[in-house]
Amino acid sequence: MPRAFTPKVITANDLLEGDVIYFTADDTWTRDMSEAELITDEAEAQLRLIEAEKQNLKIVGAYLADAKAGPNGPEPTHFREEFRRTGPSNYFHGKQEAQANV
Amino acid sequence: MYKYNEFDEAFLAERNAQFRAQVERRIDGSLTEEEFRPLRLMNGVYLQLHAYMLRVAIPYGTLNSAQMRQLALLAEKWDKGYGHFTTRQNIQYNWPKLRDIPDMLDALGEVGLHAIQTSGNTIRNTTADHFAGAAKDELMDPRPYAELIRQWSTDHPEFQFLGRKFKIAITGSPNDRAVTKAHDVGLRMVQRDGETGFEVIVGGGLGRTPLVGKVLREFLPQADLLPYLEAILSVYNVLGRRDNKYKARIKITVMENGIDTFRAKVEEAFLTLRAQFDGTDQALLEDIKQHFAAPDFRSGSTEAFDAAYDTDPVFRAWADTNLTEHRKDDHAIATISIKAHGATPGDATAEQMRVMADLAEQYAYDELRISHQQNVILPHVHKNDLPAIHAKLKQHGLATANVGLISDIIACPGMDYCALATARSIPVAQEIATRFDELKMEHDIGHLQIKISGCINACGHHHVGHIGILGLDRAGVENYQITLGGDATETAAIGTRTGPGFAYDEIVPAVERIVEVYMAQRESADETFLETYRRIGMEPFKAALYPEAQKKVA
Repeated sequence: MPRAFTPKVITANDLLEGDVIYFTADDTWTRDMSEAELITDEAEAQLRLIEAEKQNLKIVGAYLADAKAGPNGPEPTHFREEFRRTGPSNYFHGKQEAQANV
Repeated sequence: MYKYNEFDEAFLAERNAQFRAQVERRIDGSLTEEEFRPLRLMNGVYLQLHAYMLRVAIPYGTLNSAQMRQLALLAEKWDKGYGHFTTRQNIQYNWPKLRDIPDMLDALGEVGLHAIQTSGNTIRNTTADHFAGAAKDELMDPRPYAELIRQWSTDHPEFQFLGRKFKIAITGSPNDRAVTKAHDVGLRMVQRDGETGFEVIVGGGLGRTPLVGKVLREFLPQADLLPYLEAILSVYNVLGRRDNKYKARIKITVMENGIDTFRAKVEEAFLTLRAQFDGTDQALLEDIKQHFAAPDFRSGSTEAFDAAYDTDPVFRAWADTNLTEHRKDDHAIATISIKAHGATPGDATAEQMRVMADLAEQYAYDELRISHQQNVILPHVHKNDLPAIHAKLKQHGLATANVGLISDIIACPGMDYCALATARSIPVAQEIATRFDELKMEHDIGHLQIKISGCINACGHHHVGHIGILGLDRAGVENYQITLGGDATETAAIGTRTGPGFAYDEIVPAVERIVEVYMAQRESADETFLETYRRIGMEPFKAALYPEAQKKVA
């Protein structure tokens, strides 16, 4: 039996700001991972990545990152993606700071 | 220190204008990311986990107060109010916006600083002994040679597309504080028959294949420095592998070809190249040397220093750990620790940078140094000024008396910032420093260097730490390997792994157990951790770290 496909989100960095962004189901970018499109099919993931990369004027380095479904939308499965959606642990900077300012 | 001439200023202004246009072309879509990436890297612009990062060179670790104030301005105006000093005498800004970077580079240009060749497969910032020009044990100030190398290597057309990055370090002292044996090329000043020249070391490096450099030439006359370096680089450029990124550094080239073959090829190339140098470099060197003339040291009694040392225990503790002998008896070299317990190693706020700039201007002949150990140095201070300096440092969280001690930790940015990292380094450093501060043990423990890297690339120099810590990703969880017995000095050695790694919440207790073994086993308080390790070997430490394994054997 083929190995089960781990669901993915498409993530990148914003060209101008450099911050972490995620690709949504309606082909836009969000700064909130929970609003990202969770892709559960392997072939679909590659097609969606090509779609995302069409927007390379606005983004840098799109890739597929492992994710899982959570109660409020996609969540990371690996600590690297957890840091990317939160910010560094030594200062309250990055996304955690931005969210606190909302 | 070196002051840019008209040519330097024009070159830098043009280069910055080019980069500004490249940024605009990336934004308007004329350049793809694939086209833009090598251009931004040549100018020190990385894309990290959360943002862009700008790496600015601090050539041979030397700054004046105006430059330090400008670094503070960048931190405040375009970043989040701080900068991070690195293990290669650079400063990194972790949060710049792409559109702001050309302005940041222009601001740096105003004070003679740049970010050129702080990345990419080129000759990087040449690092030097951070006590250069001040150390008592020094034969000659190495910085004019480092500046000569900077000018020669900047935009050198033959060496802009090397197989891999290339790092040079230089020291003028027999006590190596510049880690010359862990660089692609290390230059150590030595004397022979009354003449001062260089011992040339090649093929050292850390990363996934840690190697102590080998002596390529025991004595190189000073005048032959550039043609000889050019010979090394040209041989490497031809012989070095380009098929495999992990085998592309010169250390692999030397290993695969053998040091004797490599040497023969360098000497052959050198004969040709030396004939092409017409003495212009030597004339330039003489000019550069004028810029590095020692300051006009003042004289006077050291009464105020002596009085403070005798009566103020806090000052005395700081003086005992953070001062180093200066070549002039009534002066001292003062290291300002930017490793307050629990703080991020190497980070300084804009305010702290300004305080250090003010102190340099007022007391230290306008000179500052940045060390590969991620601290800041006032290289020339009359001893009588030290109490006033210490008082000012205390007000700004800069008076930590821990230089060379267990909390004076080198740590790379790790997974908190770096796109290459496999685990965090900074919080591990913070917790070790906090723990040993709570135990109030570190002065008793004495000289002990902990160096932490968050991936195998070893920016945190873990292989040459007395205790080295390497953070890895093991099946999606942070895991930390420990090495013992590394040495970053003239007796350079690569540390030995203790055994299996430790989980994030196990690493601080593991370090504590290692220190307990040392404290129990040392023959006296004068025997350092490294000396004890060399005497008793790995086994007692292993027994303390892996009691379960020991039981199984028994």
